[in-house]
Amino acid sequence: MSTLFYISSIVAVASTVMVITRYHPVHALLYLAVSFLSVGMIFLSLGAPFVAALEIIVYAGAIIVLFIFVVMMLNLGRETAQQEKEWLQPKVWVVPSILVLILLVEMIILLFSDNKDIMRISVVDPRKVALSLYGEYIIAVELTGFLLMAGIVGAAHIGKHKRSSLHRFLQNGENGNGKAHTGVPPEQVSNEQTVLHD
Amino acid sequence: MLTTNQIVIVAGVLFVLLNIAAGLIWVERRLLALWQDRLGPNRAGPLGILIVLADTLKLFFKEDWIPPFADKWVFVGAPAIVVGSVLMSFVIIPFAPGIVVADLNIGILFFLAMSSLGVYSIVLGGWASNNKYALLGALRGASQMIAYEVFMGLSLMGVVMLTGSFNLGDIVAAQKHLWFVVTQPVGFIIFFIAGIAETHRLPFDIPEAESELIAGYHAEYSGMKFGMFFIGEYLGITLISAMIVTLFFGGWLGPAFLPPLVWFVIKLFFFIGMFILLRASLPRPRYDQLISTGWKVLLPLVLANVLITGAVALWLRGR
Repeated sequence: MSTLFYISSIVAVASTVMVITRYHPVHALLYLAVSFLSVGMIFLSLGAPFVAALEIIVYAGAIIVLFIFVVMMLNLGRETAQQEKEWLQPKVWVVPSILVLILLVEMIILLFSDNKDIMRISVVDPRKVALSLYGEYIIAVELTGFLLMAGIVGAAHIGKHKRSSLHRFLQNGENGNGKAHTGVPPEQVSNEQTVLHD
Repeated sequence: MLTTNQIVIVAGVLFVLLNIAAGLIWVERRLLALWQDRLGPNRAGPLGILIVLADTLKLFFKEDWIPPFADKWVFVGAPAIVVGSVLMSFVIIPFAPGIVVADLNIGILFFLAMSSLGVYSIVLGGWASNNKYALLGALRGASQMIAYEVFMGLSLMGVVMLTGSFNLGDIVAAQKHLWFVVTQPVGFIIFFIAGIAETHRLPFDIPEAESELIAGYHAEYSGMKFGMFFIGEYLGITLISAMIVTLFFGGWLGPAFLPPLVWFVIKLFFFIGMFILLRASLPRPRYDQLISTGWKVLLPLVLANVLITGAVALWLRGR
């Protein structure tokens, strides 16, 4: 199992490095997906199949696709790649590299010390995760629920934003005397708009 | 590690699945023709079944063209993702007692994870084509599949609660006396609808709507790359049908006069037939109708289903 762990760790590190160094955002996101998959493999090799599956469903499956959505909407091209190239100067790397080196030294010391407890593998089945989430950590779960609810309310509020200028055919509906040639009753028009905005 | 038995199961499942997926080309055309009062392909071989061979040969010998404006590597990789992710999902399905590739204790979650990776194929294929119709198809496909994944996952939670396990073998065993379609009718209907949307089959084939988007996300694909999307779609139908059979219709269980595997295959082909009948009979909804129905009707329904199932399960245990 330990070999599998190291292989997937190497893949994770390599793909994350590629995420940072790619100039094209979509290619970077593809490497990010690979990175999430390898993190899922790491969880699996450490005996947490439930978290591994969630890692893929939540991160690789849903969030990445939303990312790709944003990237496609931004209309990126050669200019952005050029800009990105200018931003990534060698001197930008100095401070992060020093910080990461400290962590690397720490990890090497830990791995080669006599304390073998850090790599002990015990399988955690979904039932155990569920019981501890809804028992021990119930407050954290409920607070997260609050936070997500606030996000949903905010998104709904932004989505409901009414258009300030209307097409001349649609303005008739606002006055309450919709003309025959539009062929659409006023309420239906406004409904239609909110639907499209959502 | 691997025993001979496991290797035989893996090879057998792969062989049978790829043949079913190819054979469905013929099944779909003949069934559609039957329901539309035509004959369908009936010339090559007995009942026209060799149309499969002719189609495959045609796909192999077509010019495999990569548009010069496309993002080459992403364009080539995208069709492989859909076939790979769907084939990976079949790993957890118990076809008969003992015939399962990997008996995972997180079976359903594995299925959901793999089906969520299938979205990449559409998004990347559509984006890499560098074509506005393909991009529109990819955008539609992404939002449709993300939305319906939510309902798909939640609709299965009732079954998981009643069984107390994510393992598909346990779920089949729990249906010995009563199929879950009786106790979880809402879950079944929503899973079926979400399954059609996930495989983007008609009537929900909005990412590739011919009348609006030419062919949507695979407009630029030709030859065997298009063939991969095609096979991926048929594999997807087979997968969703197999999941419906396993989760709601008792899997391999059935009266003893036929072996379990035969029962599984009969039920499987019944649901594949349902998919094709839907294609023959229903018109395509508008895009905003599909999405707003999902979030405004299916989401409350599926949440209520989870709530009521949980309450009843607790009440039954408390008695």
